[in-house]
Amino acid sequence: MADHLLEVRNLSVTFHTARGPVRAVRNVSWHLDRGEVLAILGESGSGKSVSASAIMDLIDCPPGEITSGELLFEGRDLLKMGREARRDINGKRIAMIFQDPLSHLNPVYTVGWQIEETMVIHGTPRATARRETVALLAKVGIPDPQHSAGKYPHQFSGGQRQRLMIAMALALRPDILIADEPTTALDVTVQAQILDLLEKLQEETGMGLLLITHDLGVVAEVADRVVVMNGGEIVEQGTAADVYANPQHPYTRKLIAAAPGKGEMPADRDRVEPLLSVTGLSKVYGGFTALQSADFELAEGETVAIVGESGSGKSTLAKCLLRLEEPTAGRAMYKGRDLFRLSPRELYQMRRDIQMVFQDPTQSLNPRMSVYDLVSEAWVIHPEILPRDRWRARVAELLEQVGLSPEHLHRYPHQFSGGQRQRIAIARALALEPRVIICDEAVSALDVSIQAQVIELLADLRRRLGLSYVFIAHDLPVVRDFADRVIVMQGGRIVEQGTVRQIFEAPRETYTKNLLAASLDPDPQVQAERRAARHAERVPA
Amino acid sequence: MQKFLTKRAIASGISLMILVVLVFFLSRLTGDPTDLYLPIDASLEARENFREIHGLNDPLIVQFGRYLGDLVTLDFGDSIRKSRPALEVVLEAFKWTLALALITIALVSFAAIVLGSLAAFNVGGVFDRIATFFSLIGASAPDFWIAIVAIVLFSVNLGWLPTSGTGTVWHWVLPIAVLFIRPFGLILQVVRGSMITALSSAYVKTARAKGVKPRPVIFVHGLRNGMLPVVTVIGDQAAGMLNGAVVVESIFGFPGVGKLMIDSILQRDFTVVLAAIMVTAFAIFLMNILIDIAYAVLDPRIRY
Amino acid sequence: MTDTSPLPVTPATAEKGRLRRFAGMLLADKPALVAAIFLLVVLLCAVFGPMLLDAVATKQNLRARNAPPFDPSLGWMAFLGADALGRPLLPRIIVAAQNTMMIAAGAVLASMAIGSCLGLIAGYSRGRWAQIIPRLADVIMSFPSLLLAVIVLYMLEPSAANIILVLAITRIPVYLRTARAEVLEIRERMFVQAARVMGASDARIVFRHILPVVLPTLLTIATLDFAFVMLAESSLSFLGIGIQAPEVTWGLMVSQGRPYLTSAWWLSFWPGLAIILTTLSLNLLSNWMRVALDPQQSWRLEIGGKKNG
Repeated sequence: MADHLLEVRNLSVTFHTARGPVRAVRNVSWHLDRGEVLAILGESGSGKSVSASAIMDLIDCPPGEITSGELLFEGRDLLKMGREARRDINGKRIAMIFQDPLSHLNPVYTVGWQIEETMVIHGTPRATARRETVALLAKVGIPDPQHSAGKYPHQFSGGQRQRLMIAMALALRPDILIADEPTTALDVTVQAQILDLLEKLQEETGMGLLLITHDLGVVAEVADRVVVMNGGEIVEQGTAADVYANPQHPYTRKLIAAAPGKGEMPADRDRVEPLLSVTGLSKVYGGFTALQSADFELAEGETVAIVGESGSGKSTLAKCLLRLEEPTAGRAMYKGRDLFRLSPRELYQMRRDIQMVFQDPTQSLNPRMSVYDLVSEAWVIHPEILPRDRWRARVAELLEQVGLSPEHLHRYPHQFSGGQRQRIAIARALALEPRVIICDEAVSALDVSIQAQVIELLADLRRRLGLSYVFIAHDLPVVRDFADRVIVMQGGRIVEQGTVRQIFEAPRETYTKNLLAASLDPDPQVQAERRAARHAERVPA
Repeated sequence: MQKFLTKRAIASGISLMILVVLVFFLSRLTGDPTDLYLPIDASLEARENFREIHGLNDPLIVQFGRYLGDLVTLDFGDSIRKSRPALEVVLEAFKWTLALALITIALVSFAAIVLGSLAAFNVGGVFDRIATFFSLIGASAPDFWIAIVAIVLFSVNLGWLPTSGTGTVWHWVLPIAVLFIRPFGLILQVVRGSMITALSSAYVKTARAKGVKPRPVIFVHGLRNGMLPVVTVIGDQAAGMLNGAVVVESIFGFPGVGKLMIDSILQRDFTVVLAAIMVTAFAIFLMNILIDIAYAVLDPRIRY
Repeated sequence: MTDTSPLPVTPATAEKGRLRRFAGMLLADKPALVAAIFLLVVLLCAVFGPMLLDAVATKQNLRARNAPPFDPSLGWMAFLGADALGRPLLPRIIVAAQNTMMIAAGAVLASMAIGSCLGLIAGYSRGRWAQIIPRLADVIMSFPSLLLAVIVLYMLEPSAANIILVLAITRIPVYLRTARAEVLEIRERMFVQAARVMGASDARIVFRHILPVVLPTLLTIATLDFAFVMLAESSLSFLGIGIQAPEVTWGLMVSQGRPYLTSAWWLSFWPGLAIILTTLSLNLLSNWMRVALDPQQSWRLEIGGKKNG
């Protein structure tokens, strides 16, 4: 039996926290060989990053404690080596890149210096390191490598920063590269590029790639084998294709079922009088145009999705509609009045009709207010909706409507999970009995399995209460089975709009096509086909 | 970076101007100005005489104009006690204060940064606890009290060090030691807090993943980021020393500008008081600009 | 449709009895506990001291001039010795606590109230004032504070009110800057945006959403500041331009003992010690407050704080 390049055997790690010991991973075993890509798939709290941290000696003990297991690299147990030996391996034989490149790069040193450092501390003379750095920058696709080496991390874009981290990791041609959620913080199209880069480099160098992710699409695109983790344990492992086609464990099945964009697309609706009609909406900040002349309509009971990457202007649009920002130009006709020209008194009344659910429920709920306070605040501000003696009953009703128990009235946000907090936020939005709800990336901060639940809740509420939604998202799959119409934005402009079917099956604009192509399908078969198509395009005729 | 510096320089400049105006109006409007310059029992004639000679009967605006004019030409008048130009007296004394402050702040900075960083590296450890303990006590003690105790202990009882004056290097030991304690305590706490944050940051994780050794992790990766808030505090403390070494100078008979100011106040030598205020304020103004420059040098995010 | 994910560990009962929670956290941090008790004693001295001990403290006894401490023959009042006029030190220190505390408290309360208000306005409003107020703070901060005190006290006369005035003015920027910085940051938080979206008035947002978050920070700073102001007043009194006799503060007592340093060290020593212990307690308490009042850090104190990092 050949030795694996890297093998984790029965690893268990416990963290001693203020609330008692937490067993982060239990008896985890997996292996990685040269030239293959292994993905560790899990949601937050699954312990997916812990084994990688253990390999890189990044777990602080205390409060962490490795209670059992072996980490075998080329047959030798890393846990039995001294700190010095492990530092020797770090960066040289095993390297790691992280999720958020901005915070993981030292802001006060040039990127060139930081890449050189990897080489210099492992014995390369500085002049050689300098030359290598420029070559590396070119290899990962950074423009003007000579000049760029002297710049600082904050002067690059998000995608470029991840490329820089990759360059830094690959400087000494390690045998293994560990990538911890490398694309999670990036735009969809950028993600596609980075994954492409990783694949290319992996093929070139023949190194082993360990990819940690929560995204089935990433697994489908890149991984040979996958390990699925939940609650600190491995629930399933196998090749990517196998696990997708025949999931054994209920958790895996749940994850696969929750993958967005697999359902039925809503049927086209008949044309109706629009409830909200926006024309020429623009927003300029100083010299910067965040939003340029946006036009769209929202009909009653309809769900319009606005999809765009960072810098597309979608959030600005939402903020302008709610007058959180003042638009520079444009009109928004609602019930015959222009939203942007309302007096403060009229605006105050209009608030009852249009509400918002924010992206991060942890941040959008005041941590010092109980659930009851949070939901009933609407009626404190608008006393004419409900007499005070009916508040308690109504809060209970709303909580039930969003799937929470009325007993939770007195609890505080930090006592709930992320998905539950978003439900509270939805209940709060419903308290004013609005007709339109703007969901600003309302599910982006949630785990995949929870996302599906919340979207189902929103759909249910739509049916029961006749709500209209403006649903803002940063990628397309999530809106496929939920929206009636889709608006695609880029760089402050609306690039294309149409019914769901039109956008997904017959996109006209190049950007829309790119966006669709960059969206990763959780089915490895589908991704393989797409990849083949892409490579065919690349090969010169 | 230019914009950043000019903005800060203007703010400090405005404060200097306001100080100038404030001093003038306070000295003219709070009762009889001759009270400030002449002894309390001076006769009415002497006061009238004084007013004539110094143009105190002219309209306020004219006096203010003259005041500004004198200021610009650095003419503060003569010290009534010493019959020399007030500015000269002040600058002479200021040399001592400047030396005292600079030496002390240099020692404080070095010690606090090194010890604070080491404490932050192993939080909760023995070194950390000892350092925190001493720095808390240091930050709590009034310097005048420490000075007195030090004198009693080291000069009187043990006879190791002289009680006052200047002359030999030994005369500097106690003043510096006493002046050292409180800023050291404060800055060590700030360094520790700032370094704890820096050392638990994501980029330090990256450095460890690259295989960087512990000492460079602290002093190369952590320190430069941790220094940013510390620089501001060091600047504040240095400014404080320039005007607050008053107590230490008084007690140790150190001929600095603080002692000069107190003596002049008690002797009612107003020209010297005025000159001393101006010189010190200007020095602090320069110091603030230096700190801003240091900040910009340390943090490239400000420069670009 | 009900959310079946299990609720996290904290039971609802943890929210009851906030006072009990704080008491628990105080017990967890022994140094802070001792500090709090000491400060309570000082407070009691300040409030009741002059009422009870004024006569004893001001009674001159020329036979007991500079009497040394720890001598039981003079009665327990003179346990710490007596000063140049034979007045026993212990009751004098207790009585002086009132002036010392009152001046410091007056300055801190005034500067906190004014500074915080200005900071709130500067942070929340988007008009002219948002630009002007921070400049004002910058200007005051650039003033050498002792210098300012010297000027004012030289030209006006040193009275308790003037000292409070001067100290308060120099400390305003501390609260102003902190309040403003916090408000600027909190103003952008999503729960504030959510309140605006619901149509909440500015007043409601500031008082219901922003202030409760800013207040703990301000209180922590005020505690530290109290120590600073106390030291400043002591320095001023020591130099002779602060409180004048027959009023008494700890700083003044230290100064009065200076001529007798070599012969009667206790005159300056005990009041100075009082200052140190009070300042130290304030520092310790402030450190504790910083952790206890921050909902994200307070867990460190809730289980007995072992590895507090």
